[in-house]
Amino acid sequence: MADFVQLWVYLSSTPLFGLTATLVVYVIAQAFYGRMGQAAWANPVLWSVVVLALGLTLTGTAYPTYFSGAQFIHFLLGPAVVALAWPLWQRRVVLRARWGRFCLASLAGGAAAALSATALAWLLGLPHDVLLSLAPKSVTAPVAMGVAEKLGGIPALAAVFAVLTGMVGALSGKYLFDLLRIGRDATGWMARGFALGTAAHGIGAARALQVNADAGAWAALALGLQVVFASVLIPLVARLL
Amino acid sequence: MQALRGITWLLLLQSLGEVLSRGLHLPLPGPVVGMLLLLLALRWPLVHENVRPVAEFLLQHLSLLFVPVGVGVMTHMAILSQYGVRIAIVIVLSTWISLAVTALVLRALMRNAAEPDGGGNASAPPAVTEEARHG
Repeated sequence: MADFVQLWVYLSSTPLFGLTATLVVYVIAQAFYGRMGQAAWANPVLWSVVVLALGLTLTGTAYPTYFSGAQFIHFLLGPAVVALAWPLWQRRVVLRARWGRFCLASLAGGAAAALSATALAWLLGLPHDVLLSLAPKSVTAPVAMGVAEKLGGIPALAAVFAVLTGMVGALSGKYLFDLLRIGRDATGWMARGFALGTAAHGIGAARALQVNADAGAWAALALGLQVVFASVLIPLVARLL
Repeated sequence: MQALRGITWLLLLQSLGEVLSRGLHLPLPGPVVGMLLLLLALRWPLVHENVRPVAEFLLQHLSLLFVPVGVGVMTHMAILSQYGVRIAIVIVLSTWISLAVTALVLRALMRNAAEPDGGGNASAPPAVTEEARHG
C-alpha cells in the first residue's frame, strides 16, 4: 500500500500524468458522445472538464501539476489558430464573392456577443475586472486571453469564460436554431455553422463539424473572421469608451 | 514526412506572426497574424500540400485543445462561487443573443443574395432560398 502511494505521488507529479489523463478522459468522453448519438448534452469537452476537475480535486492534485503535462495539448491551440487559414482558403471562392455579407454577419454577431456580455455584467453589478474578462468571451480561448490582457481583465478567467461560452453554444445551439426556425437546407446549415463559429468559437465549431460537414466548414470560416475582427475591434472600442 | 513539414510550416508562420505582432505593435495576436500569413502562403503548392493533413487533423480535434484551459475552472472557484449565478446568466444570455443575431443576419443576407450578384462561382454552394415557412 505504501508502495502504491509512493508510486502515485511520483506519477502524479510528472508531466506524463497530466498529458495522459487528459487524453484518456477525452478519448472515453468522445466514445461516450458517439454512443449517445452525439447528443448535445453529452458534449465531450464538458464531461472531460468535469471528470478531470473532479479527479484532481479528489486526489488533491494541484492544477499547475496537472497543467505541466496538459500544456502540451494547450500549446497546440496556437498552431490550430494558424491552421484556421485552411478552411478559409478552401472557401475562398464563396468568400471572395460574398465576403461583405460574411463580414457583416460576423461583425453583427461579434458585437452582439461583446456588447450584451458587458451590458449584462454591468447591469448585474459584476466587478470591473470580471466584466472586462467577459468582453472577449466569444473569441477562441488563446485570443480571448490576449484581448483580456490588453483590456485590463484577468487572462486566465477570460479563457475559462470562453470555454464556458463554447460549451453553452455547443449544448444549446441546436434548440435555439430550431426555435428560430433556421432550416436544415444549404442556407440553414450555413447559418447554423456560421453562428456557432461566431458565438461559440472552437467548441461550437467542433460541434458543428460533428453534426454536418458543411456547417463545420462555415463555422471554421466564422471562427477565423471572428478572431481577426475581435482582436482588432474589442480593444479599439474599449479604448474609445 | 508530410505531417512533419506541415506542423513545421504552422509553427514557422506562428513564430513569424509573433515577431510581426510584437515588433510592429499590431493589435492582432501572433497566431492570428500567422493565420493571415498562411492564407497568403497557401496559394503556393509546397505549403498547400504539406499543411493540409496537419490542419485537418488539428481542426478535427479542436475541442480537445480546450480541455486543459477548461479544467482551469477549478482554480477560479472563489470568484465563481461568489458571482457564479450572475456570471452564468451573462454567459448563457449573451451566447444565445449572439447565436441568434449571427444566424438571423446571415440568413437574411443570403436570402437577398439568392439573386445573382456577379461573382457566384462553381464551387459556391447554391444559396437555396428556404421556402417561406416563417409565420
